[in-house]
Amino acid sequence: MTGLIQLNGVNKYYGDYHALRDIDLTINEGEFFSLLGPSGCGKTTLLRTIAGFEGVSGGVVMIGGRDMAGVPANQRPTNMVFQSYAIFPHLTVAENVAFGLRKRPDIDKSTAVDAALDMVGLSGFGHRVAHALSGGQRQRVALARALILKPQVLLLDEPLSALDKKMREQMQVELMRLQRHIGITFILVTHDQEEALVMSDRIAVMFDGKIGQMDDPETLYRRPKTRLVAEFIGKMNFLDAMVKDADITVDVQGLGTCVIAPEQAPSGVTLGAGAVGIRPETLAILFDGETTDRETIQGTVAEVVYYGDMTYYDVTIAGIATPLNIAMKNLIGRPVLDVGDATTVVWDARSLVLLPAAA
Amino acid sequence: MVSPPLIYVLLMLAFPMGAIILFSFWTQEFMTLDTTFTLANYREIWEKPIFAALLQRSLFVSGCVTLVTVILAFPVAYFVSFHVAPERKSLWLFLITIPFWTSYLIRVFLWKVILGYNGVVNTGLIKIGLIDEPLTFILYNVNAVIITLAHAFAPFAILPIFVALEKIDRSLLEASQDLGESKFTTFFRVTLPLAMPGVVAAVLIVFIPTIGDYVTPELMGGAGGKLVANMIQTQFLALNNAPLGAALAIVAMICVTAISLLFVFLNRRWLRGRS
Repeated sequence: MTGLIQLNGVNKYYGDYHALRDIDLTINEGEFFSLLGPSGCGKTTLLRTIAGFEGVSGGVVMIGGRDMAGVPANQRPTNMVFQSYAIFPHLTVAENVAFGLRKRPDIDKSTAVDAALDMVGLSGFGHRVAHALSGGQRQRVALARALILKPQVLLLDEPLSALDKKMREQMQVELMRLQRHIGITFILVTHDQEEALVMSDRIAVMFDGKIGQMDDPETLYRRPKTRLVAEFIGKMNFLDAMVKDADITVDVQGLGTCVIAPEQAPSGVTLGAGAVGIRPETLAILFDGETTDRETIQGTVAEVVYYGDMTYYDVTIAGIATPLNIAMKNLIGRPVLDVGDATTVVWDARSLVLLPAAA
Repeated sequence: MVSPPLIYVLLMLAFPMGAIILFSFWTQEFMTLDTTFTLANYREIWEKPIFAALLQRSLFVSGCVTLVTVILAFPVAYFVSFHVAPERKSLWLFLITIPFWTSYLIRVFLWKVILGYNGVVNTGLIKIGLIDEPLTFILYNVNAVIITLAHAFAPFAILPIFVALEKIDRSLLEASQDLGESKFTTFFRVTLPLAMPGVVAAVLIVFIPTIGDYVTPELMGGAGGKLVANMIQTQFLALNNAPLGAALAIVAMICVTAISLLFVFLNRRWLRGRS
């Protein structure tokens, strides 16, 4: 199956700086796709090559089966929501939304503007000037202005990073609902892993101009393929490990010998030194009166971070170099432990992920 | 308590201004000043066609100078803002101020050398055989005044336009292209409207001083290129008629104020929606 957007061997240089390295990517129609990575990883550059603001130094960008080489931004079937929103300050909200319609006589102006403003929840704001809008409203104007042109692909460059937390969470849900409603492809660039996990059908995690891993959110979170990806997405404890045989029997530092399920390990296991990752929420502390049929190990609380709904403990365990980070829900009857308390830690081999050894 | 700045303003601005206004309602009888309040000077300006003609010519010349200056300044400002590397911009602005390193008077004389009967332009054109005898329409007339003033005021026009262009968020230009406009149409739909405050500022900065300029028309204008400022000078000094000169100055000032207010109003309109 060929996707709506296909990138084959895309490279981009700025002078000597290699911004994109051999990017191969297929994005399907109707997909909510995210490019996730730390700043400077090339995710915005990649989005801009799709939009047509940056040429490629090598490789092919195809949209809807058409090679985009030499096609300028104003002739591509993509529209973009800019990080700064780029609302025209000399125009009203309605004039901003209608900006692209000059070249689109097929769309009836007044009804389309009203419908677009209605879609983003800004009915009646048409006559307002841009500087009278809040950050969230500018964002909606930018969305309406792009979507009114019915693009095949909507590109979003860190659209939520300028909003406060509450507004960001609200807009995440609204964007997802909007995307499901109109059914066009969304490509989101973000450095916020939570945002990517919440909104995306698939995520490409980028480091240093390369795609580190491309998967759906659950796979990405549960089975990161490299330590870099595991570290970037969520929290993870890393333990040194030794792979003993092809059935993935592993000696884990401090925990002992256990067998890791094949889907929790990279294909083609290499014997010898490696690492295992454990998510904090797959570990548990056994409180007084609770029992378990899973593995347990003794430890001492080294740090307590209280979040209200959750408490994060760092627990020191004999034989493990760095304390294990453990996330516990603050359920009824559970006390918050103090630093220095002796605890029993519960773990399960099913939650271990085998990773290559640290470089 | 009267603060020092207020005293300063009163002495330097309000006092001379008041004196001029007062003078304009007096009359000169040969050697004596008649201090009876009268509108006779204004009546004379209204009734004698020479004054209206001079004022009209002054407005026309200032208008032409402003138009030429701003049209020539815009591409320079645009180039420096959009096509010069950020670390080189201050150097370019510095270079633009080079004409100011010599005095205004010397620059005016230099234009005489360039445009004169045996000047650089005429000898050059004769040498390469384009013309047989020197061009006469480039010195001692209105054209010479316009050329000289446009050159003198170019940096004043470049700077405000440059500042307005610098303030334009570049992602707005990308947004315009993303929404289907070419680079060319983006200029007219985004860049130019957003640069308008700078253009209006440039228009005011050039227009207001040129209308009162008297050095350039005196030296470059010949008989037919004299402007209202020259007449004011003549009234004050040669004809010893300070009251009429003062009234003329007031009338010229009212014209400038009216036109400036119009531009300020236009600027307000362009500024609409900008924070």
